[in-house]
Amino acid sequence: MNWTLILPELVLALVGLAALAGGVLPKRDTHFAVNMAVLGGLLLTAVLVVAQPEGDAFNGQYVADAFTRFMKLLVLAGAALGLLLAMDWNEKEGLGKFEFPVLLLFSSLGMMVMVSANDLIALYLGLELLSLSLYVIAAFNRDSERSAEAGLKYFILGSLASGLLLYGSSLIYGFSGSTNFDAIADALTGMESVPFGVVVGLVFVLAALVFKVSAVPFHMWTPDVYEGAPTPVTAFFASAPKVAAVALLTRVAAGPFGDLVGQWQQVIILCSLGSMILGALAAIGQKNIKRLMAYSSIGHVGYALLGLAAGTEFGVRALLLYMAIYLFTNVGAFAVLVAMRRNGRALEGVDDLAGLGKADPAMALAMTCFMLSMAGIPPLAGFFGKLYAIGAVWQEGFVTLGVVAVLSSAVSAYYYLRVIKVMYFDAGEALDPRPTSLSVVLTGTGLFTVFFFAFPAPFMAAAQAAVLALLG
Amino acid sequence: MAGGTTEMLTIGLGHYLTVGAILFLLGVLGIFLNRKNVIVILMSIELILLSVNLNMVAFSAALQDLTGQIFTLFILTVAAAEAAIGLAIVVIYFRNRGSIEVEDISTLKG
Repeated sequence: MNWTLILPELVLALVGLAALAGGVLPKRDTHFAVNMAVLGGLLLTAVLVVAQPEGDAFNGQYVADAFTRFMKLLVLAGAALGLLLAMDWNEKEGLGKFEFPVLLLFSSLGMMVMVSANDLIALYLGLELLSLSLYVIAAFNRDSERSAEAGLKYFILGSLASGLLLYGSSLIYGFSGSTNFDAIADALTGMESVPFGVVVGLVFVLAALVFKVSAVPFHMWTPDVYEGAPTPVTAFFASAPKVAAVALLTRVAAGPFGDLVGQWQQVIILCSLGSMILGALAAIGQKNIKRLMAYSSIGHVGYALLGLAAGTEFGVRALLLYMAIYLFTNVGAFAVLVAMRRNGRALEGVDDLAGLGKADPAMALAMTCFMLSMAGIPPLAGFFGKLYAIGAVWQEGFVTLGVVAVLSSAVSAYYYLRVIKVMYFDAGEALDPRPTSLSVVLTGTGLFTVFFFAFPAPFMAAAQAAVLALLG
Repeated sequence: MAGGTTEMLTIGLGHYLTVGAILFLLGVLGIFLNRKNVIVILMSIELILLSVNLNMVAFSAALQDLTGQIFTLFILTVAAAEAAIGLAIVVIYFRNRGSIEVEDISTLKG
């Protein structure tokens, strides 16, 4: 058995266990040391992922290829940036506990298992390791009523989604005879007509995964959880787990059920349409900026799913690029939200950004770039994401889908521009000075968003290799 | 009947799947129709997971394949962890609100 293949996961798990022990055993406050250890662990794992050979292990339950490498690097980057955002915030809110980085690490481990899963059992275990950690960090501010409520809602609906996933898995297992993705694909290719049980199972599994990526019609938990959870936790929720869940959805749809494209394509098209429209319309009236970002993220998932709806190589590549661009832009925008603090109190209203243009021109400029990128204004990164995604469905002749995407993108520009208008044209008091860690995140993600157009080649090449690995 | 012969009823895969489907449905309805107490929702979640276990074991027996039973062991383990975390979240929620009525969980909306 080729167990050295899972070295990145093993190392990350060991770092997590060591961090847990190292956080509990000393008598003094250890959260800073644990934070640093976890950051180091994430970086080390990223290096190991880059160096990881390709192949499969554990009787084909675990697979490593260019696709998993691309997605794992995104996930690890999202987790590390999320931790950077959280460090200063947790300190100021009195949440400086070492459990936070450890939970974040275990959720990253769950995401890596999810991305590499090539079997329904591995998929379930990865997804649960992720979800269980997320339930806890959603309720991490345990003395806050809203955080506890966010955790409770996320737990109930997340468990329901896990139940749907399992029920679907049981039907797929029963009617195809295996839990392994390759074996399922072989079984389905050999059959003259696809058994009804497999189709029902597929619908259940898709529903659960659509829940995890928070696309319409399983989006209802997103605004509540995003609003109630602590802001850096929301930043993390909206970035890494979403990327991992999209990766999983892509692998399940394109791998074992690649032959059933006719069955799932309609579902994905409807989810994508609904998400784009809801994301554009529902965010318009929002006063709480975290809630606004929640609807915005629902919309972005809709655009990303366009790539999968197209069902082509070009489409999946567009999906991967969209998620990469979305991840960095979104973390950047959330860095500004985490910095929103006046006289030591954290703020969440859109109006609280007023006067930022005068008080902190650099941060206002960065926020402007992120908002314009999300709205899809060239030459910022978000424009290219949308260009490829819409191009992919256009090529396949889904004209309505393309037109709705362009229109909803235009509508959503309204609320992104409103944020910019509030920053520059409304009068308001200055915010507290931003901490260094946020400046680092803002600079990094800001440079990526602005200069993506100049250096798209390495990202395109990586995404192309990933698609070839996935679709063969 | 009159002759006193009783036909033996064999319980096959279909019966197990029907019971599994009914339990699953009861669990899902329990989450959505329940307006009373969060604990009932936790019980419904367990019911869903148990219905899946029943399905898995039935398929495993029908296919003469052990994978389904191994899957069941994993589900049982994860369900225990999930129940622990769920109860912990319910406890911190109760500490903040002093109530676990489902109707009260509505601070966040819009």
